[in-house]
Amino acid sequence: MPETLDLSLYVQHRDGTAHIDLAVEGVACGGCIRRIEGSVKALPGIVEARLNFANRRLAVDWREGEADAAQVIATLARIGYRAHPFRPERAEIEEARHASFLMRCLAVAGFAAMNIMLLSVSVWSGNVTDMTPETRDFFHWFSALIALPAAAYAGQPFFRSAVAALRARRVNMDVPISLGVCLALGMSVVETIGHAEHAYFDSAVMLLFFLLCGRYLDHAMRRKTRAVAGNLAALKAETAHRIDARGEVVIVPSAALRAGDRLLIRPGERVPADGVVLTGASEIDESLVTGETERRAVAPGAALYAGSTNFSGALTLRVTAAGSGTLIDEVERLLDKAVAARSRYLRLADRAARLYAPVVHATAALTALGWLIAGASLHDAVVTAIAVLIITCPCALALAIPAVQVVASGALFRRGIILNAGDAIERLAEIDTVVFDKTGTLTLPEPRVANAGGIAPDLLETAARLALTSRHPLAVAVAREARERAPIDGASEEPGQGVRAVIDGVEARLGSGVFCGIAQATESHAPGTSVICFAHGERHAVLAVRQQMRPDAAATVRALAARGLDVHILSGDRPAAVAPIAQALGVAQWRGGMKPAEKIAIIEQLAASGRRVLMVGDGINDAPALAAAHVSLAPISAADIAQAQADAVFLGDRLAPVGDAVTVATRARALMRQNLALAVVYNAIAVPIAIAGLATPLIAAIAMSGSSLLVTLNALRAARRRSEAAPPAVAPALAPQARPA
Amino acid sequence: MNVLVYLVPAALSLGLLGLAAFLWSLRSGQYDDMEGAALRVLEDDDVVT
Repeated sequence: MPETLDLSLYVQHRDGTAHIDLAVEGVACGGCIRRIEGSVKALPGIVEARLNFANRRLAVDWREGEADAAQVIATLARIGYRAHPFRPERAEIEEARHASFLMRCLAVAGFAAMNIMLLSVSVWSGNVTDMTPETRDFFHWFSALIALPAAAYAGQPFFRSAVAALRARRVNMDVPISLGVCLALGMSVVETIGHAEHAYFDSAVMLLFFLLCGRYLDHAMRRKTRAVAGNLAALKAETAHRIDARGEVVIVPSAALRAGDRLLIRPGERVPADGVVLTGASEIDESLVTGETERRAVAPGAALYAGSTNFSGALTLRVTAAGSGTLIDEVERLLDKAVAARSRYLRLADRAARLYAPVVHATAALTALGWLIAGASLHDAVVTAIAVLIITCPCALALAIPAVQVVASGALFRRGIILNAGDAIERLAEIDTVVFDKTGTLTLPEPRVANAGGIAPDLLETAARLALTSRHPLAVAVAREARERAPIDGASEEPGQGVRAVIDGVEARLGSGVFCGIAQATESHAPGTSVICFAHGERHAVLAVRQQMRPDAAATVRALAARGLDVHILSGDRPAAVAPIAQALGVAQWRGGMKPAEKIAIIEQLAASGRRVLMVGDGINDAPALAAAHVSLAPISAADIAQAQADAVFLGDRLAPVGDAVTVATRARALMRQNLALAVVYNAIAVPIAIAGLATPLIAAIAMSGSSLLVTLNALRAARRRSEAAPPAVAPALAPQARPA
Repeated sequence: MNVLVYLVPAALSLGLLGLAAFLWSLRSGQYDDMEGAALRVLEDDDVVT
């Protein structure tokens, strides 16, 4: 029966044309652009197809009724690209708008800074040679003409943020910035009217330009990670088989499911929504939900959670309202509590600003007072005080932290770590305890063949290629061993038994022991292990399938312990299943059979004893603990609710990103502190000069650009890799190769 | 030095022209896909042979 694909959720309609955005997997080179666009445009009714290579998204427009989205996806699949329908998040659209605004501000500030500098340099050289006062005034007026509108436009990001902070009775870095810029411009206008020698138009606009550079880069980095996160979400988004009123099966995106829908769930498929079993009986793997690796038998009336995997029999399911299961209820309740209890983390930059602003403003006031007492005129005293404000305007300080942030999040990104929270780097650097979940975190999210080493490689390869044709979870695990991904032709599946095909003239069978004609060893070796048999003529093998540790779990845990971090394991799985893992990793502090409430209680207990905890987990049951911890990480295979709570998500089968994240964050924090120290040293030198009344615009310009360059160059060191153990390049991170779901 | 009175504004308006051109290119989405643009220029499928 051909199944129809219903994508109406993702299609946008605008006067006669329909539009859909697709995240495309496997776009690797320039040739892909032509192949993708060419084949889509060749379809009847397509108006436009444009691939954005930078974020691997294809925008397709077609005339209403002449084509449809499913056809486009099928066409792409035929030429070898998997496309996933995609709806840009509101936050992403908002950020794109803001990025373009920042870029316009940057362009205006850059233009103004260059032109004013042109005039200023003439004035500076003219002041020591033979420039007439009239020419100087003309240049100053011209500078004012450029600087005032430019600052009014390009300064908006700072002015708005400063006003918002002041309204909330807080001080952030933008307050001294805005004050400095406004005073510098105001004073320069007054000085120009008074035919003075010096005006600070160039300082004010250059300051804005440097700060906008930092801010734009910071924003661009965040947008890039958000785009990748959006693509990953699209790749992960699942489809469901909905049974409509006439009893026909329609494939719909899970996001389109409503309470009351009836779904068909075949063996090997993920349960796409919470619900109650209507018909059928099966075993359910709930390792993503509870961490339990033992499968649960379900019958009509049983409740299923989204994220569990149907193992053996087909089920029909009635979708219940989201979050109606007892477990989900508990998780949601704990989550609300944890989020409410989380204190707002005060970032390093804000802490610095809190300290900095009063000191600078007091210094400026004291300077004015000092000069008045020393007998200077009011005009001179005020001019000197403003010069102090301009020179201390936290150019270096405001760049010190964002610059490191940009470089460090870029370094994390290359190692396959995507940050969700802006302050995650700072919090990651502070941890002293790491708590791991077991199932799906220390172990791989999907089961693997445990005894692959003990089977003849060619026999295993044949079995794996035969397994590619089946969707049974055990077969999928065996199929992961295939080096060549081409399935075997003419394979046929007997439901509940196995698959068979004729390979090299000899019949091959993969399935239960009886199906393969192997009598011995069909019972499980150990709890949590399943057995699947393979026979190819006379040769046969018994494959043990179970959850396996991530390949570098032991090395990563050892490295974390070597850094002096305290490592714990808290698992929802049975203690008997946790013990061997803890032993293999050399972790003494472990607990099994933990309920979500118990996990969170232990995290809180650790926090109460002054520990700063990094929680690494993936299950729905981990979500409250992730929210409660000081900082949290989740693998990309994690349940949506867990990923939403995590401060960062890491890609791939390796656990190394956890160690990398801590390393990069620690170094980034050290650099942030160094940069702050540099800014303080700069001020220690520049402020006395300004207080003495010697800060001419030339000195201000040199000091400002010099210190900005210094902190930016220092920040670049955050990207330096360790010389030893170079991390493997993450596959083109913008479109990570999707692992078979 | 009276020449400055029109030379400096002339220089400035040329600069403004450049700024306007940049803002226009930004608005028309020419910077949305920097990597793709670098690859598309190598495509020669529009050449009629």
